[in-house]
Amino acid sequence: MDALIDLLPKLGTATVETLYLVSLSLFFGGIAGLFLGVCLYVTRPGNLYSHPVLYAILNVIVNIFRPIPFIIFLAAAQPLSRLVVGTGIGPAAFVFIISLAATFGISRIVEQNVLTVSPGVIEASRAAGASRMRTLFSIVLPEALGPLILGYTFVFVVIVDMSAVAGFIAGGGLGAFAIQYGFRQFQPVVTWAAVIIIILLVQLIQFFGNWLARRVLRR
Amino acid sequence: MPLVSLRDVAKRYPSPQKGAPPIAAIDGVDLDIEAGDVFGIIGYSGAGKSTLVRLINALEPATSGSIVVDGTEITTLSERGLQELRLGIGMIFQQFNLFNSKTVRKNIAYPLEVAKRSKAEIRTRVDELLDFVGLADKAGSYPDQLSGGQKQRVGIARALATSPRILLADEATSALDPETTQEVLALLKQVNRDLGVTIVVITHEMEVIQSLATKVAVMEQGKVIEQGDVFEVFSDPQHAASKRFVSTVIKGVPSPAELDVLRDRHAGRIATLSFRDGDASQAGVFLTLAQAGVDFELVYGGINDIQGRAFGHLTLALRGDDAAIDEALASIGTQATVTEVR
Repeated sequence: MDALIDLLPKLGTATVETLYLVSLSLFFGGIAGLFLGVCLYVTRPGNLYSHPVLYAILNVIVNIFRPIPFIIFLAAAQPLSRLVVGTGIGPAAFVFIISLAATFGISRIVEQNVLTVSPGVIEASRAAGASRMRTLFSIVLPEALGPLILGYTFVFVVIVDMSAVAGFIAGGGLGAFAIQYGFRQFQPVVTWAAVIIIILLVQLIQFFGNWLARRVLRR
Repeated sequence: MPLVSLRDVAKRYPSPQKGAPPIAAIDGVDLDIEAGDVFGIIGYSGAGKSTLVRLINALEPATSGSIVVDGTEITTLSERGLQELRLGIGMIFQQFNLFNSKTVRKNIAYPLEVAKRSKAEIRTRVDELLDFVGLADKAGSYPDQLSGGQKQRVGIARALATSPRILLADEATSALDPETTQEVLALLKQVNRDLGVTIVVITHEMEVIQSLATKVAVMEQGKVIEQGDVFEVFSDPQHAASKRFVSTVIKGVPSPAELDVLRDRHAGRIATLSFRDGDASQAGVFLTLAQAGVDFELVYGGINDIQGRAFGHLTLALRGDDAAIDEALASIGTQATVTEVR
C-alpha cells in the first residue's frame, strides 16, 4: 500500500497518458472509421451509391487488416508510422497506429449499424425528391445515430485495451504502469490500482454512451 | 392528354443464374391515367404492381418503353431532372416509412426542405397539412408514439407537402385494421375530391378498389390483363384472375360446388338474373314472375353499388308450371341477362 502511495503521482501521469492516447485515437480513428464504414455501406450492391467492385475492394482491405492481432499490427505498422508522423515510437506514433487499427474495426461497426436503417425510409426520402447525398446525411445517419453511439462506446473500450498494449511496448499509460511498477515489482496492489482506474474509466464511458443513446432513441 | 402514360414499358432484372434470360418484372405494359382519376392497380403479390408504381416516379428505372408524366418523357431524365419530377409526385407506403429520428412536424417538412422553401413558408404549410390530416396536436410527437392510422396520416401529409398533382399509394392500407383502413380510405378520397390530386393505388384488396377507385387495372405476371372503369370490370370481369378478385367482394354467380348445394336444397328450376343499372328494375322482374304465377325464392346473390351505380346477380329457385316459367324468363330476358342453371 505504501508503494502505491509513493507511486500516486506516476499513476496520475499514466492515467493522463492513457486518456491522451485513447481520446486522440478515438477521434482520428473514429472519423476515418466513420468515413470508411459509410463508404462500405453506400457502395454495397443495391445501396445509394451501389458499386460492387469498389465495395469488394474495400471489403477485402478491411478483412485483411481487421483480424491482425494488435500487438503484431503495432510492430508491423512502425515503418508506415515513421513515414506518416516521422516516428515509430512515442505517443504520436501510437496515436497513429491505434487510430489506423481502430479505423478498420470501427468501419465494420459503422457499416453494420447503418445497415439497420430500413430501406423504406431511404426510399421515402428519394421519393420526396432528395438527392442521394442529402438522403445519406439528413436521413440515413440521423436514423442510425442511436446504434452508432452504442457502437462507438464499445469501440472506446477496445481502444483502452489497445492503448494498454501500446504502452506496454514502449512505456507510458496505465498498461505500462501496471506492468512496470506492479507486475515486475511484485506489487499486486499497484497492478490493481491501474486496473481499477481502467474499470472506472470504462464504466463511466459506458454509462455516458448508454445515456446518450437513450436520449437519441427516446427510450 | 393523360397525366401519366405508359407505352410498351418493360422492367427486366438480370437472372440470378448465369446465362439464363433476364426476369421480366414488368412486361410490355400500356397504361393511361387521366388527371383526377383514382387509378387502382390490383394483383397478387409478385404480379409486378409495386414495381409498376415505382416506374412512375422512377424509383425503378424502366428497361424499355416510354413513360410520360405530365407531358415529360421521364425515362431519359437526368438524376436532377428526376428529383424535380419527384417533387411533383407524392408517395405513401405500406410500412409508412416515416423518419423515426424526426418529429411529425419535421417529417412533413422534409419534402419542403428538399424543395428549398423558406422557413416561414414551411411552418405555414406544415400547420395546414397537420390540420388537413387531423393531427395538429401531434406536431411534436415522434413516429413511434403514434398508432398505425396516425402514422399513415403523417405519411399522407408528408406526401402532399409539396402539393403534388399525383399521389402514389403502395399498399397504403394493408398494414392497418379494417376500421383504420376505412378512415385512411376516406382521407384519400378527400385528397382526390377536395385537392384534385390524381391517385394511383396499388393493392391486393378488392375492397380498396371498390370503395376508392374510379379506374382499375388487373395485373398478373408483369402484364396488365384487364383495365377499365371500376364499374365495368366489377360488373363484367373478363379474365380469370379478374373474376377471382371480383368474387372476393361481390357475391355473384354461385360456383359449381355451391350450385350442387342449392340443387339439393331447392326443388324446381334455378336461374341467375344479372342486373346492371339501366337494365330492368328488380320490381319489374318480380312482378313479371308473380303475374305469371311462378313461385320464386331468392337463394343466392346480392346487389352492389360501385361508384353510385348498381349491379348484381340474383339466383332464384322457381316453382310452377314449366311453360309459365319459360314465358316469364323470356319476358325478363329482354330486361336482364338470364342464365338458367337447371
